Amino acid sequence: MNALVDFNNVNLKYGAQKVLEDVNISIAPGEIVTIVGPNGSGKSSLLRALIGALKPASGQISRAMGLRIGYVPQKLHIDPTLPMTVKRFLSLPVKISDTDASEALRRAGVPDLGSRQMSNLSGGQFQRVLLARALLHKPQLLLLDEATQGLDQPGSAAFYHHIEKVRDELNCAVLMISHELHVVMSASDRVICLNGHVCCEGKPDVVASAPEYRALFGSGTGGALALYRHDHDHVHGHECDHDHSHEAAE
Amino acid sequence: MLDSFLVRAALAGLGVALAAAPLGCFVVWRRMAYFGDATAHASILGVALALSFNMSVFAGVLVVALVMATSVSTLSGRGYAMDTLLGVMAHSAIAFGLVAVSFLDGVRIDLMAYLFGDILAVGRVDLAVIWGGALLVLALVGWRWQQLLLSTVSPDLAQASGIDPKREQLILTIALAVVVAVAIKVVGVLLIAALLVIPAAAARPLAQTPERMAAIAAVIGGVSALGGLQLAYRFDTPAGPTMVCVAAVLFGLSSVVSLSRA
Repeated sequence: MNALVDFNNVNLKYGAQKVLEDVNISIAPGEIVTIVGPNGSGKSSLLRALIGALKPASGQISRAMGLRIGYVPQKLHIDPTLPMTVKRFLSLPVKISDTDASEALRRAGVPDLGSRQMSNLSGGQFQRVLLARALLHKPQLLLLDEATQGLDQPGSAAFYHHIEKVRDELNCAVLMISHELHVVMSASDRVICLNGHVCCEGKPDVVASAPEYRALFGSGTGGALALYRHDHDHVHGHECDHDHSHEAAE
Repeated sequence: MLDSFLVRAALAGLGVALAAAPLGCFVVWRRMAYFGDATAHASILGVALALSFNMSVFAGVLVVALVMATSVSTLSGRGYAMDTLLGVMAHSAIAFGLVAVSFLDGVRIDLMAYLFGDILAVGRVDLAVIWGGALLVLALVGWRWQQLLLSTVSPDLAQASGIDPKREQLILTIALAVVVAVAIKVVGVLLIAALLVIPAAAARPLAQTPERMAAIAAVIGGVSALGGLQLAYRFDTPAGPTMVCVAAVLFGLSSVVSLSRA
């Protein structure tokens, strides 16, 4: 099948500063791809280029004809001067019926929020509403930019399980950026390690053991996968160890 | 019916209030209050240019307001903060305007009429221009409402839905310039921003959705215009400022309502 999105030798710049160099990435229908990389490595810029908010300095980004994108941004601040109920928010930019809105909220696990104000939601509720909105029009590609920021570990684990379920239901491709390698990798078909350019990419276990990846994140995160496997056995011994070394590598 | 200057004044006030209401909401949501102010102040330069080139004041103000608004939009985010840019542009424009006015010999212009408006002198042609402008703005904002709203909530979400937030910003800027140009006769340069911001701010505590906020702002704006005119007639006070006073009192009342609810 044809790729949904294809980056062809893409260079991104903010003013004179290079953000991403010679990026070649393509996303196939239905696959889950995770982008990892230290702060300032160009992860968010890559997503912004994908939605068209950032024009490449050179190279091409081609999208499949009529590609439907569902986008869940890193954070979204809705000014309290703007009255906006959750239901109203779901109708942006395309009006939907009340039934569809209720159904979307029910599926997102937040059925009772319809008439609440967006500015009064908790972090977790807000992310679920954003996800519900992104899924409304059956996207072929779902983009998640650190969508679990501000959620605790069980919260983000639940969020990613939900994403996997969504993928299986809608059969959409998922491109996500995350810090929480140990949770994310389990669900990913492919991991792309970014640091101004594509350092390495491949299956999660291949990337985790790649020297480029180790150089960026330290060998401490080598336990990321191992940790995930431990999760099945309910052994959480290295969790703390991993998180610290991961933060240190940021 | 249009023979009475009071009827013409009432219609002019209503027209401006209706167009200013939804636009004022965007000004409040996007924290552009100072933007409206700066555009309005710059229009003094437009008045001066119009008088020196013998064209209509409306056209002169519209051109200057458009140039001002688009150049601020383009320059913002390139090393200057928005408020710095607005400060530079608005005050330069007002200074150049005042200097330009001093070169106009022979013509004695009543600067006060442009600073504070002269709603009682609104003629039939003015009325046509005001309602033409107001309907244009309402149509523009109505047509782009969903896109404008999403771009206000988040430019990136808009982009992901295939909406260009810069284009929406430009539409808003043009609408703002039109409102400033048509409102100058009604409330004057100094108080246009008040007519944009106060009704919208007063509507906020009473509204649950953006649409309702715009509708309530329109009602508050309309009541301020008609009530202000009535009071100005009865107490022989300047009409433009009296309208703004009524709007301010309504804002006070709505704040009391929201405080008592909390």
